Amino acid sequence: MAKRSIPEVNAGSMADIAFLLLIFFLVTTTIEQDNGITRKLPRWEPDKVTPPPVIKKKNIFTVVVSKTGQMLVEDELMELKDLKKAAMEFIDNGGGLGTEGEKCDYCKGARNPESSDHPSKAIISLKNDRETKYGTFVSIQNELGAAYTELRNREAERLYGQGNTYTSMNAIFKDPKVKDAALKDKLDTRLKKLKKMYPQIISEAESKTN
Amino acid sequence: MAKFKKKKDGELPQASTAALPDIVFMLLFFFMTVTVMKDNSLMVENKLPEADDIEKLNRKNDRVMYIYAGKPVAGYEKFGTESVLQLNDKIAQPSELKQYIHAERALRPEEIIPLMVTALKVDRNSNMGLVADVKLALRKENMLKISYLSVKPVE
Repeated sequence: MAKRSIPEVNAGSMADIAFLLLIFFLVTTTIEQDNGITRKLPRWEPDKVTPPPVIKKKNIFTVVVSKTGQMLVEDELMELKDLKKAAMEFIDNGGGLGTEGEKCDYCKGARNPESSDHPSKAIISLKNDRETKYGTFVSIQNELGAAYTELRNREAERLYGQGNTYTSMNAIFKDPKVKDAALKDKLDTRLKKLKKMYPQIISEAESKTN
Repeated sequence: MAKFKKKKDGELPQASTAALPDIVFMLLFFFMTVTVMKDNSLMVENKLPEADDIEKLNRKNDRVMYIYAGKPVAGYEKFGTESVLQLNDKIAQPSELKQYIHAERALRPEEIIPLMVTALKVDRNSNMGLVADVKLALRKENMLKISYLSVKPVE
């Protein structure tokens, strides 16, 4: 009896099918990475049971943005490029005692009694108009955030040596590929300490129309 | 009786294409792993603001909830020329945010709800009034972690 030979399956169209799938995935997917300025919103309190705490005026750094994008910092007109320096001088002033009654021994500011007492008390208040452009708002938020980051970086390098900046340590800590638990713990305590030294207190008031 | 055909001189043997599917599959798997699915097409302009003090947001985890805003693009002029919100794949009013947040929460396991981050993808030319409405709605729903998505400025 003759053996029936099985005909070989033609695989020539396999490439076409694979190309079709490849093109489908190329079209429907994106490779971009999202980056953003992270902030925490204040808790919503519907009925003000407790009156807001009294804050000394010298501990508040006011930034008001008009609808045309002009900026008033501490009641003076300021350009965006000068904001970071002004904010850093305010936060790092260390003219008095902190929330726990301690002196700011790491501050390198002018220790002006007219400016903020301690980084833990220094509040940046950002007010904007309803018609302010979102792009302007974000660039101001960016400068204010950068002021804190720069101060934290400075302290991180002082405490943990050259190259160990807040930014680089935070990047390693947030990286999901780093699995070393001991390293992450170490970084976590360091980052928490730096965050405690310069807590980011930016108040975004509800915008008003005027 | 055997016949031997003599090969003509100079004729090249045909290149084998058997490995082509393997190469294409390799490419396919590469793209499948490094990319993420586009979840919705944009009906609003979305030129993000520029900033450099930014943190990465991992898209692949499901903690991130997106809210888009901007001027309606061509083809959606019926929604006006002012900035509007886009939630999932439809244009929405700020009053619909509450419903959207509840729907997004219902999709996620309970333990990650407190870790959720709201990513605001807002066009740089939209006004802050709309963003303020969004922020107020988020505060009322206790979604306090937000991220103003931005792009690195080009040097």
